Amino acid sequence: MFPEARDPMYGWIWRVIPGGIWVKLVTVLLLSSLAGVVLWYVVFPMLEPHVPLDQVTVGR
Amino acid sequence: MRALLRACGELSVTAGLVMLLFCAYLLWGTSSYTEWYQRILKRQLQETPKLAKLDIGDAVGLIRIPRFGRDYEYAILEGVGSEHLRRGPGHYPGTALPGKVGNFVLSGHRTTYAAPFNRIDELRRGDDIVIEAPEARYTYRVSGKQVVYPTDVDVVAPVPSHPGERPSQALITLTTCHPEYSARQRLVVFGVLSGKRERRTD
Repeated sequence: MFPEARDPMYGWIWRVIPGGIWVKLVTVLLLSSLAGVVLWYVVFPMLEPHVPLDQVTVGR
Repeated sequence: MRALLRACGELSVTAGLVMLLFCAYLLWGTSSYTEWYQRILKRQLQETPKLAKLDIGDAVGLIRIPRFGRDYEYAILEGVGSEHLRRGPGHYPGTALPGKVGNFVLSGHRTTYAAPFNRIDELRRGDDIVIEAPEARYTYRVSGKQVVYPTDVDVVAPVPSHPGERPSQALITLTTCHPEYSARQRLVVFGVLSGKRERRTD
């Protein structure tokens, strides 16, 4: 049930997800898209103002 | 030891993927906000064309640059705070209004938020910059380009590079970041008013 040294994260997730290979695959796909959506719509917009990538004005 | 390396490896791969996604967000994800807000600003220009007083955040007019194609059109808004520049090219409050004597100064993003000023480095002397203001269409002609440091505020003076001097011409100045993807310098494009066409008021 708990992470093992042999497969710290991804292997553990794979083992913990129930079901056969197809159910596992679909679940993994859903989980990773969920992580992507949270990053894209919540985390990145909060992070973006702190990235000095595109500063366009002049001023002191 | 082995386990630690494995854990490090998995974390690094994950971090790498997240960073790649973040780059994609910066380049493309930020544009969707700009596009959404541009529609609001353009609607504002159509519905209430002539405002008695221009407040921060209000639509100023449209910018068109024929060299960048027929589809190149952005709504300009008043203000150059980061929250304004996300919505489109911003007009420096306090600098001249379109067509007026003095310096009409605009800033726009180069790589993120729909990157309105991405290609202004391609502008050449003599190119047109068209500003569609509510009362008239003003055409400026590009007169020069310069790369400056962010502290060079003189480029936005009424007479660029000559702060304190009284302006006698209607000028336009565009600023964006330089080099691309950097905050180190600013690319500045200058222009001089070359034509004006009054809008029919009916």
